Order: sequence, then C-alpha cells, then structure tokens
Amino acid sequence: MTIASLGKDLLGLEHLSREQIQLILDTAEPFKEVSERPIKKVPALRGKTIVNLFFEASTRTRISFEFAEKRLSADTVNVAAQGSSVQKGENLVDTARNLEAMRIDMVVVRHPSSGAAKFLAERIRSNVINGGDGMHEHPTQALLDMLTIRDRKHHLEGVKVCICGDVAHSRVARSNIWGLTKLGAEVAVCGPQSLMPAAVEELGVTVFRRIDEAIEWADVLNILRLQLERMKAGYIPSLREYYRVFGVTLERLERAPHELLILHPGPMNRGVEIDSRVADGPHSVILDQVTNGVAVRMAVLYLLAGGRPELAEAAKGVDRGGGA
Amino acid sequence: MTPPERTVVLDSPGVQSALERMAREIVDLSGGTGGLVLVGIQRRGADLAQRLARMIAEREGAAIPLGVMDITLYRDDLQTIGPRPVVGETRLPVDLDGKWIVIIDDVLYTGRTVRAALDQLADFGRPARIGLAVLVDRGGRELPIQADIVGTAVAAGRGDRVDVCVAELDGRDAVELVQGGRP
Repeated sequence: MTIASLGKDLLGLEHLSREQIQLILDTAEPFKEVSERPIKKVPALRGKTIVNLFFEASTRTRISFEFAEKRLSADTVNVAAQGSSVQKGENLVDTARNLEAMRIDMVVVRHPSSGAAKFLAERIRSNVINGGDGMHEHPTQALLDMLTIRDRKHHLEGVKVCICGDVAHSRVARSNIWGLTKLGAEVAVCGPQSLMPAAVEELGVTVFRRIDEAIEWADVLNILRLQLERMKAGYIPSLREYYRVFGVTLERLERAPHELLILHPGPMNRGVEIDSRVADGPHSVILDQVTNGVAVRMAVLYLLAGGRPELAEAAKGVDRGGGA
Repeated sequence: MTPPERTVVLDSPGVQSALERMAREIVDLSGGTGGLVLVGIQRRGADLAQRLARMIAEREGAAIPLGVMDITLYRDDLQTIGPRPVVGETRLPVDLDGKWIVIIDDVLYTGRTVRAALDQLADFGRPARIGLAVLVDRGGRELPIQADIVGTAVAAGRGDRVDVCVAELDGRDAVELVQGGRP
C-alpha cells in the first residue's frame, strides 16, 4: 500500500490527484466523531503552532479552522489585516516571514488576491493552507461540500451537481468544479450570462441558462452567495429581478421530477439566491456542511503536519510487526 | 540474505483455546460481569474483543458492552512515522465512569499503543479500573506497562515480526513468528 501524501501545502484542488482528494475525504470521516466526544480534543498536533492569517473578512472559515486546530491540540494565533502591521503597509511575505521568525509551523491564509497562497508557499518554510485566494480557489470549502454530498449519496461518481449563481467571481465554484470532476461527478453551472466566466465549458461543465432546466437535471444544487458588494458594477438589473429569474424557490423545487439536495457555502442572502423555505427545508444540508467543515480541516491539518512520507514508508515494517 | 523463517506459534484451534482461557480470566479478574466493558484496539484487537465478549456472554448469560478505539491520534510518533492514511473508528459506550474496562489488543510489544489507549480513555471518562488482555506478549517493552491476561508469550527479537491473523480480516486464525521479518 502506498501512502498518498499531500506534500507541503494545500493550495487548491486543481493540481491534486483523485487519490489525494479521496485521502482527505476518507481521513475526515473519523474526525467527525472527535467533535461528538465529551472532550472534543485529541493530542495529534500537540506542540504545533498555526497562524490564521486573514486579509479578508471571514466568520465561518476562520472559526472552523480555529476549531479544527484546537481540537487537534495545536496552538493557534489569529492575525487579521485590520489592526495588524498590514495596515501600515507591510507586504504579505514580510508579514509571514516575521511570523515564521517566531517559529511557527503552519499558516492558513485568506487573501483578496488570486495566487496569494501559492506566492506565500513558495517563499516560506511553513506549511501553507489556502483559506480562499481572490477568485481562484477555496479548497477546504469544496472538500467539505464534497464530503457532505458523499454522506448523503454515498459516492460522488455520476452524481449531478449544479453550481448556481455568480460563478465568475467564485473561488468556491472553481474548487468545486475541479474536485467534483476528478471524483467522477457530473458538474453543471447555471446563472446570468454576465456572471459566467469566459469559456466556462472548457472546465468540463454543462451550462444551463435557466434555473428550471438546472433543477430538472441535477441531483444536487450548490447555490452560491450573490456577492452583493460586487453587484454595484451592474452585472444584474436588480436583486428582485435576480430572485425572480434565478432564485431557488420552493415552487421551483416542487416542480422537479425528483428531490434535490441543497447546499450553500454561506453566508446566505435569503430572498436573493435562495428562498428561506428552501434554506430551512428538509433537503437543505447547509448546516451539515458547517459541521463537516471542521472535520475536513482537521483532516487537512493532520495530513500536512505529518508531512514526511519517506519516514512513513520506512516505519511501515515496524507497524506490521504487531501493534503495541 | 536468507529468507525470513516463519514458525507457527498458535494454529486456529490454538487461538480458539487461548481466547477461551482469556475470556474466563477476564471474568475472574473483574469479579464477574457487572460493570465490565471490553474495549478493542483497532483493528485486530477490535475483532478479538468482539469474540471475547461473545464467549463471555454465552457462558455468563450477560451481554458485555463493547467499544472500539483507534489510538492513532494519541500516538507520540506522528512526526517520525507521518500520518496514517485513514484513521479507524472510535466508538465507546457513552459512560465509562465507574466501569471495569479491559483493553483488548492482538500484540503487546513496546507498550506505546497501550499508553496512547490509556490517555484516550481518560478523555472519555473515569473508569474504576482498567485492565489489559493481549493475545500475544512478544516482549520488548519501552514503557513500564504489563498485561493482566496473556494468551501466549513469544520471545521475539527486534528483528523479528509477529503476525496475528484473525478470520474476520485475514480469513484464518493464527499467530506466527517471522524471524528476520523486519528490515
């Protein structure tokens, strides 16, 4: 048995193999149970220091990473751009190198620029985990989406997933498309023409122009947040218009030939991209996504922290020699 | 290089009679079945624990609560061995407080797995007492840990390997000593 390894960093799903993605999802399974224990903590990463370096607003992702780190017994520090020396004009690499000089082991980075995580990973020794970089990738979000779909459908092979909304600006969409297609799911996108990336078909996805067609086709809808802060640029006529044409409403779902699983990465704009009755309805797994997020991030941290596959290979003989 | 030499320590009936004796000794050790909980260490310890629980239940006429534990996340050598690809299931009866726990494993060697298991149990509750039963004690301890109940003892050197096969995973029951089986 060869142990697949993740290497030093997790920057995105585009360059991971099917086996590596599978390894993360399988490793996440037992970590779900750790969060259900009376003492929600295991000593696996004791003594590791992890910095959560967030240059962009985030509640869910940052807290989810922090829980994951703490439940593995790592020591964590949160650095937000607000109130740090970043405000004084320090650049990304200088900030990270200063942190590294305090002997840290891992950095989780969120940054508004696409490619920031890779840029950082090439310049520091610590493990780097991409917590979302611009419009590029958000790998742990896609992994938790995939884990949530797999929980319900028992596999990803052949499952039809439609990603709805502002695909053009979405790192969640890109990571999902890369991850899902590698694991054999069929992927489609649906949204206004103005919010579709150029040549989106080249990513291997089907494009639906009408939400009703998407609903008829799909087993799963992953409904993206309409990034209201970007909509001032005139991509859509109005939010009401968007809801009327692209909103996932209960009426639309009731017309579908079969039941759909509903995902949303959050935070939701109720009454814009999703109807409240759908968000809180029986087919919504939106809160399961949040629960799975901690398990997936624990798996990623755990796999990167070991990080010395050559020693793992050498130790296998020892292991087979009999447990205790 | 000579090929490793494989000796059978216990064959299938040998494993069976060792387990039957262990089942009796577990009941004696615990002074009956009241409050007794068996906890098997993944993976082969879990299968052995299940069999021991069944044997005790059949003879004593009382169901024995059974738990399984994967101790990977409590190991002290993540840095040297790297992460194991997939961690097994941990499922323990909710309340361990005041119970008589017997940890079941296939092989007792350095004692590090048992150390990790003790740490993990402490995070789940406060048992009244914890015992240890193993199918094979191969010597070579690196920690002050001993088993209360031993199926069989084997004098295995550092270069030797002890293979435990269980029908559930390997299709047969056996304990074999492979001399020179380790690099």
